Amino acid sequence: MQYHTPATFEDAAKIAFDAQGITRFLAGGTDVLVQLRSDLVEPDTLIDVKKIEGTNNITKNADGSWTLGVAVSGAEMSEHPELGNDWPGLVEAMDLIGSTQVQGRATLTGNLCNGSPAADSVPVMFATGATVSVTGPDGTREVAVEDIPAGPGKTNLAKGELVSAIHIPPRGQGGGDAYLRFIPRTEMDIAVVGCGVNLRVDGDTITEARIALGAVAPTVVLVPDAAAAIVGTKLDDAALDALAAAASAACNPIDDKRGTVEFRTHVAGVLAKRAAKIAYDRAKG
Amino acid sequence: MSKIHVTTTINDDEVEFLCDPRESLLDVLRDRLSLTGAKEGCGTGDCGACTVTVDGRLVCACLMLGAEAEGKSIGTVEGIATDEELHPLQQKFIEYAALQCGICTPGILVAAKNLLERNPDPTETEVRYWLAGNLCRCTGYDKIIRAVMDTAAEMREAS
Ligand SMILES: Cc1cc2nc3c(=O)[nH]c(=O)nc-3n(C[C@H](O)[C@H](O)[C@H](O)COP(=O)(O)OP(=O)(O)OC[C@H]3O[C@@H](n4cnc5c(N)ncnc54)[C@H](O)[C@@H]3O)c2cc1C
Ligand code: FES
Ligand code: FES
Repeated sequence: MQYHTPATFEDAAKIAFDAQGITRFLAGGTDVLVQLRSDLVEPDTLIDVKKIEGTNNITKNADGSWTLGVAVSGAEMSEHPELGNDWPGLVEAMDLIGSTQVQGRATLTGNLCNGSPAADSVPVMFATGATVSVTGPDGTREVAVEDIPAGPGKTNLAKGELVSAIHIPPRGQGGGDAYLRFIPRTEMDIAVVGCGVNLRVDGDTITEARIALGAVAPTVVLVPDAAAAIVGTKLDDAALDALAAAASAACNPIDDKRGTVEFRTHVAGVLAKRAAKIAYDRAKG
Repeated sequence: MSKIHVTTTINDDEVEFLCDPRESLLDVLRDRLSLTGAKEGCGTGDCGACTVTVDGRLVCACLMLGAEAEGKSIGTVEGIATDEELHPLQQKFIEYAALQCGICTPGILVAAKNLLERNPDPTETEVRYWLAGNLCRCTGYDKIIRAVMDTAAEMREAS
């Protein structure tokens, strides 16, 4: 295994493009090291992105949007004085990942690019409408987060491409987000279902919404029908029931000892309702 | 395989070592530097027996490469006592019998010390969540939590 510490994303992309065999990028390493130690994946080339300048920065831009460096840890997000005011659901979702020790290292980018359908920060990232900068041999482009995961453990990034920043849109007036997951334990477990909601209100009426589900399909999925079920409503019982039905209809889960198809499908609806209520309360302030 | 040369600080001493790129920081501490306080319980980030601090943040040493230690400041359980004097947490752990086999203890001490540095007055719930990544198969946790709470109270009085 070759270990590289490039100083720029362009160099990182070049090393990855020229590499033979298996390549991994190293952010917090909480997936890469586990896979390495359990002999699941031994990369031939490991490219540590943490020496690239700016990768630890959390920046609020002039328009109110946020730019997060690819090595920002969950702990740094939770400790940030303002990020959690704008995007509490995103920060809470990230904070669910692992222990204090894991929080010191784990990143949003790693959670996204590891490609797990159960990744906790990803549904709410989808819901926020986040985009990522992707740097490759031909330069940098901006891609919607929902275009990154391709299937369990897979992304749509091409050889030589890596994520170079995460962009979260401006929160703006009347917005609220939330993430809830179901796990059999209370801490340190993998989501059986996860649901991220982001919406905006004008008075009591929902004017915009984005809803995504985790762990119920081969990738995290955005569910436009669930969002449509609550836009234009005051989140009354009929809207909540329509939301739950749309969320359950979007499920195509696996069946395993942690949750049957029936259970996951039902819980997706329940979590969608609960997360929508939290986001709605936050949006109304 | 060519080795990587790393310069780092461990418990305030400058340390240099050569390691294979595959080696974890835990391997380096235990097998190259003879700092065997940090233990390997799982090797996959689940048990916390390998907990150390890196630039003041808790990390599982099994989930970090030795090569990543370059330029960092690492704290291990060996750095907690001063000369012959035990840290108040260590004293309380003995007093409360907050350990049996002791495998989890170095990790818990490092994690608890880090918590008390950030928050001298944690609630029991905060202590329990903070230590949720440190598994103990012997004590049932209660004595550990009480030892940490009592240390916090005593350190607040002392300061
Ligand atoms: C004890 C424990 C508990 C956990 N609990 C949870 C949990 O509750 N929920 C959850 O969702 N996850 C959990 N995880 C998994 C893991 O912590 C998260 O997925 C984490 O967010 C990964 O981030 P990282 O920075 O450590 O990624 P890394 O391990 O550094 O990288 C992960 C993947 O992303 C790729 N990658 C990294 N950076 C880039 C980049 N810039 N561009 C392109 N690809 C990149 C790597 O090649 C690799 O494939 C847990 C892990 C452990 C060890
Ligand atoms: S050995 Fe590192 S967490 Fe178990
Ligand atoms: S004392 Fe044995 S594991 Fe904690």
